[in-house]
Amino acid sequence: MHEVSIMAEAVRMAVEAAQAAGAQRIISLRLRIGKLSGAVPEALEFAWDVVRNGTIAENARLEIESVAAICWCATCQSEFDCQDFLNECPRCHNLSGDLRRGRELDIAAVELE
Amino acid sequence: MCKECGCGLGGGDVKIGGHSHEHDQHHGHGHDHGHSHSHAPAPFKLDLNRSLMEKNNLLAEHNRGFFRAKKLLVLNVVSSPGSGKTTFIRETAVKLAGKLRVGVIVGDLATDNDAARLKTAGIPVIQITTGTVCHLDADMVSKAAAQLDLDKVDVLVIENVGNLVCPADYDLGEDLRVVLLSTTEGEDKPLKYPPMFHSAQVAIVTKSDLAAAAGFNRELALANLKRVSHHAEIFELSSKTGEGMKAWLDFLVKQRTLSQQRTAGPI
Repeated sequence: MHEVSIMAEAVRMAVEAAQAAGAQRIISLRLRIGKLSGAVPEALEFAWDVVRNGTIAENARLEIESVAAICWCATCQSEFDCQDFLNECPRCHNLSGDLRRGRELDIAAVELE
Repeated sequence: MCKECGCGLGGGDVKIGGHSHEHDQHHGHGHDHGHSHSHAPAPFKLDLNRSLMEKNNLLAEHNRGFFRAKKLLVLNVVSSPGSGKTTFIRETAVKLAGKLRVGVIVGDLATDNDAARLKTAGIPVIQITTGTVCHLDADMVSKAAAQLDLDKVDVLVIENVGNLVCPADYDLGEDLRVVLLSTTEGEDKPLKYPPMFHSAQVAIVTKSDLAAAAGFNRELALANLKRVSHHAEIFELSSKTGEGMKAWLDFLVKQRTLSQQRTAGPI
């Protein structure tokens, strides 16, 4: 996928937040990436090595928090873990495509100084 | 910019219930204290919780609002390269002539061949050449739409770059995402590219005239489509022979009526 542009946007947002807060340097940058987001953590890390060069995030640490995919079963009124976009509820065996988590492509937090 | 949700709206320093100094100041604001210390910057954490797609998502909502105000039905047509998007859009436009006016924004990495093919249908077409970018984004669509006379268009069709991966993540402000699966591709395409097939509201099996020659397993393909695009309307057709086109065209006319009703009343 377009991991380079995703990572470049993460660095842009982090630098913008750092400047707004009057910080000189970004110490770490934390992303929240859903299992079904389509973004591959290894590819994000690869892109990270390129896009942080020449920015105040140059020496920052990248943390990627992986978010498991969770589906909602309307029959049981409860959540269950899933691997896919259409899943069978382990309790009632009805199918559900109501994905509640797992598509995240977020910048969660930055550590600044 | 709004610092609460990062929506990019608003601006200026908003002060609510602030402490004004119109009265005499009976109190000072000093912070003297009994020891000295240096003010070296200490590391601190800042929660952002913003989507990395927010720039595109915001522009897509701008587009959607604009398109709705123009009473357009907007389709984002996606598929792998060679599934027959251009022929499908061209035939749709030709067969809708007299009922609905079609305008097209077409994206490719290079060449304006698709635009030239679409123009032979006598419809307004704007080509976006993306260079190396593997998808269209909301900003490109907004700029391209500005070059079309949208007052003379009822259905705006956006032909995305042939790619089943990246376009899935880019909302363009469309009403319906239409994914094509041709009978000459593998029946397992929906299983291989679930985000794209899952995100579509309409799935179309194209090149049905070539199904027999390609050894296309229709039942398996439909089962795979229904598994991943389970909420999608499914059509099977051949743009070349016209077989199955009527159901698709009727669907579009109905959707266009619905989109007008939606924009006519209060939200």
